[in-house]
Amino acid sequence: MKCLLPLLLTAAVLGAAPVVAQTPVPEIAFDSAPNPLALPDDIYLGETAGVATNSKGDVFVYTRTGHPTVSLGGARAFAHGGSRLFEFDRNGKFVREIGQNSYGLMYAQQVRIDPQDNIWIVDQMTNYVIKFDPEGRVAMLLGRKAEAITIPAPPARGPQAIAGGAPGAGEQTDLFDRPTDVAWDGAGNIYVSDGLGNARVAKFNKNGVFIKSWGAKGTEQGNFGNARAIAVDARGTVYVGDGGNRRIELFDGDGNFKTQYTNIGTPQALCITPGPNQFIYSSNSNPPNDIDVAGEIYKMRLDGSIVGKFGRAGKLPKEFGTVNAIDCRNDNTLYVGEIGNMRVQKLTLR
Amino acid sequence: MQRWLASLSATGLLLCAGPALAQLKATAQNVPEIPYDSVPNFLKLPVGEYLGEAVGVATNSKGHVFVYHRSATTRLFEFDQNGNFLKEIGKGYYGFEFAHSVRVDAQDNIWTVDEGTNVVTKFSPEGKVLMVLGRRPPAVAGEVATTTGPNQPSQKYIFCRPTDVGWDPQENIFVSDGYCNNRVVKYDRNGRFLAQVGSEKAGKEPGQFSLPHGIAVDGQGSVYVADRSNFRYQVLDNNLKPRATYDNVGVGWTVCVSQGPHQYLFASNSNPNGNRPGSWAITGEIYKMELDGTILGRFGHASKEFGGFQVVHMVDCRNPNEIVVGEIESWRVQKLILKPQAAKAVTR
Repeated sequence: MKCLLPLLLTAAVLGAAPVVAQTPVPEIAFDSAPNPLALPDDIYLGETAGVATNSKGDVFVYTRTGHPTVSLGGARAFAHGGSRLFEFDRNGKFVREIGQNSYGLMYAQQVRIDPQDNIWIVDQMTNYVIKFDPEGRVAMLLGRKAEAITIPAPPARGPQAIAGGAPGAGEQTDLFDRPTDVAWDGAGNIYVSDGLGNARVAKFNKNGVFIKSWGAKGTEQGNFGNARAIAVDARGTVYVGDGGNRRIELFDGDGNFKTQYTNIGTPQALCITPGPNQFIYSSNSNPPNDIDVAGEIYKMRLDGSIVGKFGRAGKLPKEFGTVNAIDCRNDNTLYVGEIGNMRVQKLTLR
Repeated sequence: MQRWLASLSATGLLLCAGPALAQLKATAQNVPEIPYDSVPNFLKLPVGEYLGEAVGVATNSKGHVFVYHRSATTRLFEFDQNGNFLKEIGKGYYGFEFAHSVRVDAQDNIWTVDEGTNVVTKFSPEGKVLMVLGRRPPAVAGEVATTTGPNQPSQKYIFCRPTDVGWDPQENIFVSDGYCNNRVVKYDRNGRFLAQVGSEKAGKEPGQFSLPHGIAVDGQGSVYVADRSNFRYQVLDNNLKPRATYDNVGVGWTVCVSQGPHQYLFASNSNPNGNRPGSWAITGEIYKMELDGTILGRFGHASKEFGGFQVVHMVDCRNPNEIVVGEIESWRVQKLILKPQAAKAVTR
């Protein structure tokens, strides 16, 4: 299946082209700053799954680097390590590492900063969503890491469901299966897109109490092929990047389906700008095994109308290698994190 | 034999029953022996640092030596031209897990080929990542066990235990790939796929490979591939069309093309891992050749002692008379000063 994916995507792109062809989408001119982050000589970014800024402009990068390691113990194998969280200042100068050697950092998926400048990371392998306070102390945990791993890996369990529930609906609690992203509404409620194993959105109050979850594996409105990314606008509308069905689905805060936007490819990374006039950025990321398809990022209004697009897949500056994160705290100065090119780019739209 | 090849390509196991000893012996006769000295204590490691299996070795234009080796973790060290330790590059880098090759391009960028992560990385001369080819299999997908069964179909931008990298004068990139693909891939200087020859399947015909294990490109853009389990070297033109086969110098472990107006080809008939009785007598030597395959001489022999070779995995021949060899066993890098004018014919 894994090997068929690019073929399917290619076919989908080629097949969809004549149908989608309406008015051409304007190209947005942009620049990429050279060397936006100054790394110490002994620190290397790996696959850069997450990048986000706080209110001071400090940059946080959650990256798959180092060595995921299996320790042998008793009759079980224990996995740890493999991802690191770094902080840089607004000029790209390295400040510190956060969460080093902790139990929860194995396969970086996302980092987001809430309005109080807390740092939230989502880990796809430990199934944790971790809230660090601005000083870098663990303030809240959602989810739990499996105690041990099995080698070779058992067949995929498939989407999890409570007894009698729909596949992918997950358990009515904070146990995730490859979660992907986290967002908050104005009241501080927490929304987790969950994810690539499950296919649901889980909602918690600001104290981490589970409220509800919605969605299941599927193609219907309100379902997800997978839930790859999530963002909430100032009015509390929840936007979910449904990568499997190549659409953004919109819900109210209670999970009622509102509408969907289907003309922007695979939304692997989502960001909604702050401020009175909000915009959406959505990345139609290329699959990690092909740079000859997709890769562009769309800028849209909240109503789904497209302002323009920019970039394409590739390895050069101003090209993208499977964008997994977009930070859009400033309307036209973006940070993007790339899986394929193991880097962060700082983009200025013109 | 056929069954062994199948098992090799299917499981990637190298230490299973090997080929018949006789197949390892070079068929070239009366090759002159080139005398050489090995520089004593060439690489000077800081106290507390050790080389592991020294599978990758390369020099840059200043003579700095890069060693990509399998230590407790896979690491990349830089030494100056006198063998003094300068620094480590890529500490903790995601694309390092099981070293296979390091090469330095014409601009002194450092390229590593890692067969544990399936990643080929271009580092700047200062050691910053400039380009990444391939992708490390995601741990979260559970791909942690050795794969079995037939090789998966090859993909443009994904490697399967790649082995080596080279460049033509236009900076196109050539990757030999590898233990579980059996192909050579060409990318442009920006990392875009252009062409491949071979496939995931091993084969014996021209343009097919069985464990392409090393690669080098000459100043005309011709590509030399160490086709290890076919006991030969294949020469491809710049568009990867097969042009010639050199099959008289034993097992094609690794290949190097020297710099300068008159380029030479170096090819190693390395002794096989495991040191089976009798293997040292017929393997271990390195051949110096013209690009057209004419053999000029040979040097070295299998031995655990200093000056001898223990499974040469890589040869640096920037200067055709100062050869740096990296050995898997003995965890060793040696610098050899060749004396080609003193070469004399011997019969072995």
